Amino acid sequence: MSEPLLAVRDLRVGFVTEGGLLQAVDGVSFDLVPGEVLAIVGESGAGKSVTAQTIPGLTRSPNARIEGSARLRGEELLEASEAELRRVRGDRIAMVFQDPMTSLNPVYRVGDQIVEAIRAHRERVGEEEARRLAVEMLDSVGIPQPERRADAYPHELSGGMRQRAMIAMALALDPDVLIADEPTTALDVTIQAQILELLRRLNRERDLAIVLITHDLAVVAEIADRVLVMYAGRVVEEGTLDEIFYDPQHPYTWGLLGSLTRLDRERPERLPQIRGAPPSLLDLPAGCSFAPRCPHAFGRCTELPGLKARPGEASGHRDRCWLGPEEKRGRRELDGRIGLEEPA
Amino acid sequence: MTTASGPLLEVTDLVKHFPVKRGLLIDREVDRVRAVDGVSFSVAPRETLGLVGESGCGKSTLCRTVLQLLKPTAGSVRFEDREIAGLSRRQMRPLRPQIQMVFQDPYASLNPRKRVGQIVGEPLRIQRSTSGAALRRRVQELLERVGLSPGHHDRFPHEFSGGQRQRIGIARALALQPKLIVADEPVSALDVSIRAQIVNLLDDLQDELGLTYVFVAHDIGVVRHVSDRIAVMHEGRIVEEGPADRVCERPSHPYTRSLLAAAPIPDPRESRARRRVDAAGP
Repeated sequence: MSEPLLAVRDLRVGFVTEGGLLQAVDGVSFDLVPGEVLAIVGESGAGKSVTAQTIPGLTRSPNARIEGSARLRGEELLEASEAELRRVRGDRIAMVFQDPMTSLNPVYRVGDQIVEAIRAHRERVGEEEARRLAVEMLDSVGIPQPERRADAYPHELSGGMRQRAMIAMALALDPDVLIADEPTTALDVTIQAQILELLRRLNRERDLAIVLITHDLAVVAEIADRVLVMYAGRVVEEGTLDEIFYDPQHPYTWGLLGSLTRLDRERPERLPQIRGAPPSLLDLPAGCSFAPRCPHAFGRCTELPGLKARPGEASGHRDRCWLGPEEKRGRRELDGRIGLEEPA
Repeated sequence: MTTASGPLLEVTDLVKHFPVKRGLLIDREVDRVRAVDGVSFSVAPRETLGLVGESGCGKSTLCRTVLQLLKPTAGSVRFEDREIAGLSRRQMRPLRPQIQMVFQDPYASLNPRKRVGQIVGEPLRIQRSTSGAALRRRVQELLERVGLSPGHHDRFPHEFSGGQRQRIGIARALALQPKLIVADEPVSALDVSIRAQIVNLLDDLQDELGLTYVFVAHDIGVVRHVSDRIAVMHEGRIVEEGPADRVCERPSHPYTRSLLAAAPIPDPRESRARRRVDAAGP
């Protein structure tokens, strides 16, 4: 196994609010190896975006409480100075967001913004050279007529083209890691398919490691190698893509998989649902946070289960649930498909 | 009165163009945005018509034009066999109770300063002059019907999650016992685990109350699940229409095929197989 590019250990991020300490991320650990696509899946409030944004130092603020470790090629990021972080960001770790306008400045031409990003990090690269690189990047993310588009302002581009321009800017310095936070959520399906194809190609051709933050398991199935499923600030299951889809261990994962609509299957009479709503992070239940919504919960669920592999199984597939392996196998099937059984 | 077999809603050659005007003192029309460009469809009582398309295809404008929230440029909209295209606000008012809308964003469509009881009860107060204990009772009934508790009556929208807010929006739409509900992306702003709850709630309400739906969404998977028939909209026109399973399994229009091909498959093995086929070429 190759050395991890990014190693996150016991990351905890809390925010001091009027209602008390809001523990948005509560002990997340993972490794990202070169060329890997790691998906972090969860709903709003799961802590997936906060996890992703804390790594490059974007959640730092006077009321944030950040603990744990995030090392990029051995270098600790959580304790890095702002100056060090500025050097790392863009150059070695880049981010793209759901809304390209959070990255693109509306009053500068797209090409100029990429040139500025390149020159801020590469002092020896001249203006012309940077311009040539910028156009090359726009071309490599599939923007037609890149010479001309480099002179366009962000509002002159369509949503999909803007997303590509943001990815071009993020990749201009050839970073090791791309953190993509819901990169296709605001896009139409046909554009989403193109952006996913682009990310796959960049991953393959440049060996780019990607942390993909998404709420959409269908997007995960299209691109991820490994998956972390988060719920209320904690990882409840992690494994390879196929382990998560074909041998899921946590009832929450069953519920997420069950509520997906499949165009290639006969439609079920009712869409399997998960009852209730995610808990408030200011008022978490004791023990397993999912227990109040879980039809399989029992007495022991008032204690927090650890994130563990099953005895004798590959250590990479771990989950946070007290049910035994046999019980899980028996309970996750619902009319021949995986789902979270509704209480009778 | 409509006959049992006739459509509840019948839209024929509906057009909504927006003029693009230029000029300093006198506006000259220099161009037109053809948002809805000759659309025809009909919906039978108790049926769900799914309307699917990408952003900018005109589906929201179509909804608003059908409901006469926008004045149609041309064409006919018949509700229970009565022409409503071009009716004034005042003329539409007696019909409004029968046609209600559910919106996408449960955060933006509820007045944050009003209590849930006021929000859900407002249509009853205005249209039916219901008040006092009778109003409160009816609102509590509605809240229960959509899976909320009668005790939620005096709370404010911000105290609720996205899914609960969408339930409040549905309760408000149900207050006047409508026949037709036009739901514009009612689940796309919701978390995945909540989406199924709302889809199932709409399903149950249709069975219990005999509702007719026009269900608008960009997610063809959700649309197929809820719809009896699907109309695919592209650039202001309906390019294909038919039974939901037929449209998804044997699409006839190239645009429908491209929409279906782009929808991600939530199954890694099949997604890999599809990519191999794509890589091998036709």
